[in-house]
This record gives sequence, structure tokens and C-alpha cells, in this order.
Amino acid sequence: MFLQEAEKTFQEKIDSEIKIEPKDWMPEAFRKTNLRQISQHAHSEIVGMLPEGNWISRAPSLKRKAILIAKVQDEAGHGLYLYSAAETLGMSREQMVADLNSGKAKYSSIFNYPTLTWADMGAVGWLVDGAAILNQVMLCRTSYGPYARAMVRICKEESFHQRQGFEILLILSKGSKAQREMCQDAINRWWWPSLMMFGPKDSESTNSDQSIKWKIKRKTNDELRQQFVDMIAEQIKLLGMTLPDKDLKWNDKTKHYDFGEINWDEFWNVVKGNGPCNKDRLIARNKAHDEGAWVREAAIAFAEKRKSNINTKAA
Amino acid sequence: MINQKTINATLHLADTTLILAQKNSEWCAHGPILEQDIAITNITLDLIGQSRMFYQYAAELINEVENKNETEDTLAYFRSEREFKNFLIAELPNGDWAQTILRQFFFSCFHQLLFEKLQHIEDKQISAIAVKSLKEINYHVKWSSEWVIRLGDGTLESHSRMVKAIEILWPYTGEFFNAEENDLIEVKKIKSNWIQKIEAVFFEANLLIPGNVFMQTGGKQGIHTEHLGYILTEMQSLQRAYPGLEW
Ligand SMILES: [Fe+2]
Ligand SMILES: [Fe+2]
Repeated sequence: MFLQEAEKTFQEKIDSEIKIEPKDWMPEAFRKTNLRQISQHAHSEIVGMLPEGNWISRAPSLKRKAILIAKVQDEAGHGLYLYSAAETLGMSREQMVADLNSGKAKYSSIFNYPTLTWADMGAVGWLVDGAAILNQVMLCRTSYGPYARAMVRICKEESFHQRQGFEILLILSKGSKAQREMCQDAINRWWWPSLMMFGPKDSESTNSDQSIKWKIKRKTNDELRQQFVDMIAEQIKLLGMTLPDKDLKWNDKTKHYDFGEINWDEFWNVVKGNGPCNKDRLIARNKAHDEGAWVREAAIAFAEKRKSNINTKAA
Repeated sequence: MINQKTINATLHLADTTLILAQKNSEWCAHGPILEQDIAITNITLDLIGQSRMFYQYAAELINEVENKNETEDTLAYFRSEREFKNFLIAELPNGDWAQTILRQFFFSCFHQLLFEKLQHIEDKQISAIAVKSLKEINYHVKWSSEWVIRLGDGTLESHSRMVKAIEILWPYTGEFFNAEENDLIEVKKIKSNWIQKIEAVFFEANLLIPGNVFMQTGGKQGIHTEHLGYILTEMQSLQRAYPGLEW
């Protein structure tokens, strides 16, 4: 009886757009789904630092170097906000990080692709941050309060990232032949993986209905993907480049762009760990974590010493 | 009156901050604690900002004297190992977190004393950069001091890593105070203040300054360690592969 009542009140709150807060009653599945999604999102921010960090030492100008470092640092900040939001659902950051490092927890598959040239810094900012933004703008209105608030802070920075990425490509697109080729090549490699960022088709996606009813998501994977295609198909005209899809075409009836079929074999393979960089990413995260263990231990030991010193003095 | 001395001194300040930033930036995405990854990256960004101001000023001076078209980027990306004038300590490998922290601490303490003097020199541009940078440097000193104390007085392991780091880095601190014809201030005069700062923090950290140690030198004259060549090769690779383009 109580449970039914509670579930009813919960759904009424959701329906009238009242945010669910950590101390509120919530169905176990709501808690679990949010925890999984927020922690995956946090992991994606952290693992996402690696492919872009790969070009910090080689950024082609001091200005670009500073912008790139600041961007990668922003992602670390996003990871922090999100880990904090996830912790309100009852899992410690240590546990989440352990799950990431053991391979148990997932992160966005896009970061399992390599950054091969400088143009990739542009393509990642424009396409990957661009795809992330659409998802994140929607999540600013998600029903779990701490997640929604983290998203509002994050979205402001993400739109900078996308603009900076586009600017890198814009300069390349107006540059030498080699630069223009570099630009097109990066777009070719990043286009399809960024479409995959929105996840499986609605017809294949298992969690979608419940997530929409609970307003964790407000748009389906396919709706967001379409929105992305429509946005990028217009923006690419400013670059004078092309998207690697012969089926991409404006459809006057639907008022959307039609586009070709995603290679779902590749999608599932990368999810399963067979992408070009899955192993490298986990090795890098584990190395940072393992080599940092003594630092974290020292920080704790020191804090405890100082605490007991103060106590002794007080006594 | 512009002269080669000011140009060389400005390049030395620019090179040192850039190379240290280049090394510190290796921690970005690989730090031991997420919050500290962000903190050291802040320092990296401050150092790059400072180096850009010095390179821009150096370019201005060179272009005036030599009728050239130098920019911050030509100076950073098209000078060779023998032309770079950074302190040797900046180009050393990061080592572990202890070594990185200790280098930052040694350098930032020196940097602070140096810039406190530079803010009063006659050259308006350099003194303005010094004033602006000091706010950042004061934070670098505070942050790195706290870490030296935390690691020195943390666990047995962190303490012994700090002792090891001191052994490695101390021989590169003498160079800070080697007087040279291009110096903008009398560096010898800030040495005792620097030693006092180090001692005060080391005292809290249960660490000791080594006795008489042979000091390495050469950075200001472009005589470097073997590490710098690799740093520049990597950093300059795109500009050198595609010279003269906009990025
Ligand atoms: Fe982000
Ligand atoms: Fe981003």
C-alpha cells in the first residue's frame, strides 16, 4: 500500500516538473538508472581527456596550446561535478573509479577512436562536443535535481568547446592544400562515430520508454540524432567540406535531412571493447590511478596527523 | 634604449616558463587526484600565459632592432636547442609527483623573489608583466609549499620520495643565482631569501637541504641537458613540418 502511494506521489512530482532530490523517496530503478547514467557520463568526461590530451604537447601555436589545455581541464571539472552528483545516489567516487578502471563501467565509445592529426582537435570539438551538447541541453531539464544542476554548469562550457573546435576547422579549411585535406580527413573519420554517440536506434533501445516516462530523458536517441544531423549538415557548408555519406539529402516532406545507415556492427564492437583505443584508454586510466596511490595515501595520512595534532594541542 | 641584453633576458624568461609549462602539461589527464590534475593544469596555463607575454615583447624588441617579422610563435617554434635559454631544471623529466611538486616549489619560490624585483625595474613592459604574474606566482608558491609539506610529512614512502627528489633536483637550483651579463637584476642578492623560504617549508616537511653539492649550469647560455632536444622536436613538429601557415 505504502509503496503504491509513494510511487504515485513520485510520478505526480515528475509530471508537474518538480525535481527529485537526494532525500526524496524514489523507485529503486530510478535511482539505479540515474546512478548508471551519471557515473557513465562522469567517466566519459574523464576518459575523454585522453584523446585530446594527446595533442597538448604538439599544439601548433601557443594560443592553440593554451585553449586546448583549458578545454581538457574543463572536462576534468565536468567529471568532478558529475561524480559529486552521482555520489548523492549512494555510491562513492572511489567505487565508481574502480568500476571504470576494471572495465566494469562503461563510458562513451567515441573516446575509443584515436586522434591522429591536429585537425582531429577541431573535429572532436565540433562533432563530439557538438553531439554531447544536444544530449546535455536536454539533460538540463532532467528530473533528478543534482544531475540537472550539474548539466546547467557544464552546458555553458561545452558550447565554447564546440565553437573552438569549429574555429580550428575553419582555419584549416581556408589554409593550404595539406591543411584542407587534413580537415576533410578528420571529418570523414569522426562523422560516423559521432552519430553513434546517440546510442542504438529507438527500436533497439531497451531503457527508453521508462526513461522518458520518468523524464530522465526527454528526447529519444533517434530524435537527438536527427537534430544533430540537421545541425551539422548546415554548419559544414561554412567549411566548404563534405560529410562522408552519399545518402545525406534534405527531405522537403519531413523537413529534415535523410542520412545513411550507421554501421551497427562497428558500434557494438567498440562497445564490447574492440575499438582501436579501448585498451589504451583503460591502461592510461589505470596507470594514473595506480601511480597516484602513494600520493593519495600520503595526503590522507598527513590530514590525519594534522587533525590529531590539533586535538592534542586543544586537550 | 633597446639592446641585445634585454632581448636575451626576455627570451630567457619566456623559454623557462614555456618549457616548464610543456613539462607540467604532461600531467593533464594523468594526475594522481582529479582535483590536483586541475590544480597543476592551472599552473601550466598561468606559465603559458606568462611565456606568451614575454615572447610577444621579445618579438617586438627584435623586430624593432633587426627589421624582422618575429612573433610569439616563430620564437617558440623555430628556435633550436642551442638558442633556447631556459633554466635546466625546467626541462628535466617530470619523474613522480614528488619530483614535479618539488621542482615547482623550487622554481616558484625563485620566480616570486625575482618578479618582486622585476616589478620595479625601469623597463615598463617587463615590470607590468611581473606585476600581473605575481598574483599567479604567489598561488604557485602556496600550492607547491603545501604539497612539499604534505608529502614530506605524509607517509614513509612519500617522505623517501621527497628525499630522492631533493637529491635529483637540488644540483639544478644553483643556476638560479649564477650572475650573467644579461640579467635584469642582481640575482645573487635574492639567494639568501630563497634559501630561507626553502628552509622554512622544509622544516615543516621534515626535510633537509643537502650540504655542499656540485651545481649544474648552462641553460642561459643554451648549453642544455639531452632532454631539451626531444622536448623541442615534439613541441615544434607541426610548425616545422608545415612552416608559415596559420593554425
Ligand atoms: Fe565535458
Ligand atoms: Fe567538452
